[in-house]
Amino acid sequence: MEIRNLTCIGCPLGCALTVELDGGEVVSVSGNTCKRGDDYARKEVTHPTRIVTSSVYVSGGAIPMVSVKTASDIPKEKIMDIMASIERVKVAAPIKIGDVVLANAADTGVDIIATKDIPAVS
Amino acid sequence: MSSYDIVIIGGGPAGLAAAASAKKSGIDSILILERDTQLGGILNQCIHNGFGLHTFKEELTGPEYAQRFIDQVLELGIEYKLNTMVMDITKDKEITAMNRTDGLFKIQAKSIILAMGCRERSRGALNIPGYRPAGIYSAGTAQRLVNIEGYMPGREVVILGSGDIGLIMARRMTLEGAKVKVVAELMPYSGGLKRNIVQCLDDFGIPLKLSHTVVAIKGKERLEGITIAEVDKNNKPIPGTEEEYSCDTLLLSCGLIPENEISRSIGVDMEPVTSGPIVNESLETSVEGVFACGNVLHVHDLVDFVSEEAATAGRNAAAYVKNNGSLGEKSKEIPILAVDGVRYTVPKKIHVNRMADEMIVRFRVGAVYKNCYISAYLNDERIIHRKRQIMAPGEMEEIKLTKEQLESFGNLENITVKIEEA
Repeated sequence: MEIRNLTCIGCPLGCALTVELDGGEVVSVSGNTCKRGDDYARKEVTHPTRIVTSSVYVSGGAIPMVSVKTASDIPKEKIMDIMASIERVKVAAPIKIGDVVLANAADTGVDIIATKDIPAVS
Repeated sequence: MSSYDIVIIGGGPAGLAAAASAKKSGIDSILILERDTQLGGILNQCIHNGFGLHTFKEELTGPEYAQRFIDQVLELGIEYKLNTMVMDITKDKEITAMNRTDGLFKIQAKSIILAMGCRERSRGALNIPGYRPAGIYSAGTAQRLVNIEGYMPGREVVILGSGDIGLIMARRMTLEGAKVKVVAELMPYSGGLKRNIVQCLDDFGIPLKLSHTVVAIKGKERLEGITIAEVDKNNKPIPGTEEEYSCDTLLLSCGLIPENEISRSIGVDMEPVTSGPIVNESLETSVEGVFACGNVLHVHDLVDFVSEEAATAGRNAAAYVKNNGSLGEKSKEIPILAVDGVRYTVPKKIHVNRMADEMIVRFRVGAVYKNCYISAYLNDERIIHRKRQIMAPGEMEEIKLTKEQLESFGNLENITVKIEEA
């Protein structure tokens, strides 16, 4: 039996959650005061995911960086792989929100997309 | 001298929403003055996601949220000037500003909306002893350097203060390859969202030390290290609890202060608790026709509420202009009293005849309250008694008052908002 301790992120209460796992299966969740805590704990111990946001170099725009994000959640353990994959990415203005700056980042099947418009400046 | 019906000081989330709302309320002559090189304000550097859940029912990054309002302003054809610093505003609404193309110039406004936002509490305001080497930044400065300018401020980082910007920067610096050694927080609780503590610190194994502060700074040219110590309940460092950390960077995330130099030069009455102007039901300051909204009025937790508040200010400024420089007759001024755990309210006073059918009163509490009630009283009669499982100083609270309720109450003298035990 494995025990995992988590802090619930559902609200400022921040309940201290205890999850009992057996062979990767959730046996019980305790410490939560509402349903959201139970849902969060089950997802967080079985397949935690995150949106990764960062910025990459852009040439030909008014500012040197364009902000980017993963187009959808990626597995939490892939965060640093995603960061490594975009380290050398350089794009050129104009860039529009939603433009793909890197496809299939770190083989997650998820694209990295721009989150800011960067018009080209002459 | 050029003249406009409404001039908005600041092109961040508050200014943009106020402008769009004023235009939709029928005013065409509007000008936004923004000192940065782009519209959008601080959202441009807040590249993390989590913005806009209330407004758009989806999680956006800061720049994406800003763009939705920038697009509105552009589609509505609202004029704006970038790289423009407002130097002074008189009580008669004469604005002195400057930029590189126009030089020093004056604008006459019929109405002004203050939307300058806030700035971070600096090292000088924190009284941290020691030398002043390079490597000490406010968290927001570091955020701008990394996310917009493309520079890394340092490699080994200690963060003082666990506000959301500090937490977000702990993750951001880590993702960019820095080692964040510790986050120290003076208070026994963090002012940041639980979500940020988990996803910005716990995810990366960064320790959070509550009731700790920086007591010494080492390094003359460049920061070499800092010492933190535990504090007692009077926030005094406890001898013998000192711990040294080597680091080349110290980020300060110790609170935000509304930026009201210009408001003071106009002469509007200020609220010491918020460091923002005192406003009435119309978000109008003590100077008629001068409105305030967003973080210059009081520091918000969510940008969605800034946009909502700013839209109200924009509507009211438009009404003021359309009604030839007046919001109409004033009924008796009713003060809203903030007591028993409620630190302040926005607005602080209301003229019932001028209020909208439904008015939101926003406030913050002074401590963490569990299983308590938010109560509102008209004179001595309790009209709101709402249970809250938890309230914390980091989160803004609100109640709704209806015009009907207030109008039908005989001989209203004051409204009181307070926290009551179960």
